[in-house]
Parts: sequence; C-alpha cells; structure tokens
Amino acid sequence: MPKMVFIEKNGNRKEVDAPLGLSVLEIAHRNHIDLEGACEGSLACSTCHVIVDGQWYKKLDEASEDEEDMLDLAFGLTHTSRLGCQIKMTPELDGLTVRLPPATRNMMVDK
Amino acid sequence: MSDSRHVTDVVVVGAGPVGLFAIFECGMVRLKCHVVDALDAIGGQCTALYPEKPIYDIPGHPRIDAADLVRALGEQAAPFAPVYHLGQTVDRLDRQDDGAWRVTTSKGVEIVAKAVLIAAGVGAFGPNRPPLPDIERYEGDAVQYYVKRREDFRGKRVVIAGGGDSAVDWALSLVDVAARIMVVHRRPKFRAAPDSEAKLMALADSKRLDLVIPYQLDSLEGDGKSLRAVIVATLDGEKRRLEADTLLPFFGLAMELGPIAHWGLDLERSLITVDPATCATNLPAVFAVGDIVSYPGKLKLILCGFSEAAMAARAIYPLVHPDTPLHFEYSTTSGVPGAAR
Repeated sequence: MPKMVFIEKNGNRKEVDAPLGLSVLEIAHRNHIDLEGACEGSLACSTCHVIVDGQWYKKLDEASEDEEDMLDLAFGLTHTSRLGCQIKMTPELDGLTVRLPPATRNMMVDK
Repeated sequence: MSDSRHVTDVVVVGAGPVGLFAIFECGMVRLKCHVVDALDAIGGQCTALYPEKPIYDIPGHPRIDAADLVRALGEQAAPFAPVYHLGQTVDRLDRQDDGAWRVTTSKGVEIVAKAVLIAAGVGAFGPNRPPLPDIERYEGDAVQYYVKRREDFRGKRVVIAGGGDSAVDWALSLVDVAARIMVVHRRPKFRAAPDSEAKLMALADSKRLDLVIPYQLDSLEGDGKSLRAVIVATLDGEKRRLEADTLLPFFGLAMELGPIAHWGLDLERSLITVDPATCATNLPAVFAVGDIVSYPGKLKLILCGFSEAAMAARAIYPLVHPDTPLHFEYSTTSGVPGAAR
C-alpha cells in the first residue's frame, strides 16, 4: 500500500495509507486529517488547498484551468499550492508529502 | 405578535435542495414550516457555488442545472406557504418549559416550533475572510466584503483583492468614483467575462487603474480602525506597500458549521450523528437531514437527503399531532393537501 504524509498546522507529521486512485482529499478524510473540502471534490471551492512538498510537486500533472480558478480563492498560496481533491494517488506518488496551510475563516459566523 | 416573533410546527435550518424538499414532505403530512438560511436566496450550494453546473443523479432528471433544480424545488414547496427568513443564521436554539424549541436568528427573529429540522449542509455561507492579523478590527468601513453604496468610495483609494467576476466588475464600476483603484491578484489571468477582462486591461493600459500582479494580501497597516496601507507580497516574499483607505477582498464564499456546533448535538467530525430510521438527533424533537448528517452507510447525495427529509417529516408528525395517527396516502391519491387543484 502506498503511503503519504500530511504535515498538520501544528507541524505534526502524519504518515497514512494512500490507496491508489483516491484523491488527497479523500485520503485526508479517511484519516481524520483536518482538511475541509466543503464541495466534496466538485471543484467548486478552494477549501482543500494543500502545499505540496517541492520534490513531489514536480511529479504532479499540471493544474487545470478550473483548478487555477479555484486556487484564486485561496489564501497563503505558494509556488507549490494545489487542491487536494485534484491530486489522485498513483504508484509514482508513493511517499507524497503535503502541508496544510493556515486556516481561513468565514466572517459571517466567526465573529 | 410582532413581525419578529412567530409560532409554527417546524423550523427548517437551511434552504438548500434538501431543506426545500423537507418543506414539501412536511407539508404533505400537514406540518407548517419556517425556513432560515444564511444566504439571501434559496438553494444553498446549488445557488452559491454551482448554479450553472449540471447534476446527473437526480432521479427522473437525466440532466438538470443546479439553478433549475432549486427553482423546481421552490415551486414544489410553495403550496405549503413556507415562511423564509433569509440572510440570517440561527444563532440560538433554546428549549422552553413546554418542550417547544425557540429559535433565534442573527437578525433577532424568534420562532417557536414543536420541532427543528436541520438541513444545513456544510454550514452557513459567509464571505471568505482573508487570514490577515487584525482584519476584524477594520471590517465595516476600511474593509468591506460587499459594496453597499458606490458613493461611499468617492475620492477613496481602494484596493480590490481577488481575480473573479466580483473583483473585476467592481473595479470597472468604482473606477469612475474612486481616487485610485489598485487590483491585487496572484496571476495575470482573471476569472471574468472576456469583455470585462478586456475593459480592465484597457483601463490598466491607460493608467486609470493599477494592476498589482502577481501579489497576494500580506497584512494591513493602520490604527486598528482606519487603514493607511495594504501590504502585499509576491510568492517569493517581496513586499509592496499600497497606500489605501479601503480594502475590498473578493475571495468567494466560505462555509462553517458556526453556531450549530454549540447546541449540544452529538457531532462526529462536524457532522451530526442521527438515527438513520428517523433522522432524530440526540436532542428531543431536533432532526437533521442531508449532507450535515452522519450514520453508517451515509452517502452525501442530494437524492439521499430527499429520502431523509421524507423519513424525518413522518417522524416529526406525531410530535405535532400526538392525538391523530397519520393516515398514509400516496401523492397520486392525496394530491397536494392545501394546494389549489
């Protein structure tokens, strides 16, 4: 079983099983990683923004224009920012490491 | 009774597709509903996030755009005269001595009901607030998420942040009244109508507004109320200081469970645990349906939410009409009670 690593907001590293074909968002949810994914991977929000480790970023397919449009809504972007719902596990990605960005807040209900 | 106090059978929290269908299902078993939603329009995510996207797994509709589905569900609920309280969240849920629930919204509306049906999806929508230190202190005048009055920007130096329709459209609109417009975006491409994007580029070429690209918001400079400058930074950390009076961040909508988390409901990872047979929560006479619930085998599909709404309505019925057993009839026989036939 391939593995992947999430680096949580507090710096904690969590290595988890990463079944082939599942997205980083799905893998996060199976393992109780605090990655939101409000639209459940329908490419309609940016709440599953992850920062991919530099060496792994190069191995990913380029982001689609739709994904770039959604990344426009995210904060704290980096050169290696992607949406977790758009990265699917392949054998080449065994060991993939991603970091969770600082939290965003909804101003209406978080006064 | 004043306009801000109501008594009804069921308060539905959330006017997304499942909340709307819950009004219909409640209506079919003679339960009246008041409905509260944070958005100004019905439809939830279907309206706010993907109105023009087609949905392929609504039974009987090989393909239907989300906005059309919402319109149809609104129409289906309409015969039961639901009362909508839009643009407000449910802030408080209090149990009265008589067992009824008193719901208080963020606009001060109070609704007393025998049952509460939560169909809140992933929570309430609000503008996506940039995680800048102290930004809350500037909200109101110096930082605004909606343009209320164009005139308020006359003579002001305005930073508009974001790359979508709202950012582009407001830049085009405010350029005639503001002293200066600076549009901050992370890349040279905008997510806007091609015509609007072309207008924006033309205004930038003629120096009538500044495109500050590729930059992201970094921090705010001011006295905690009035803004002096917005600091922006490139991906490599190179900073720029934009002297400004107002910041308009346009980063779409975010969703949060919000006050629901504090009502004493059993939650598992921000989802409400329910009995799958009735959609009852751990609180008496509080039910939950749709994407917000969790039970073994739960699927987050609109069609499953519809089914849950039907089960919840029938589970609520005896709480409202304890002395009248529910006679089951199919809609082919009963028609729509109360509706003009």
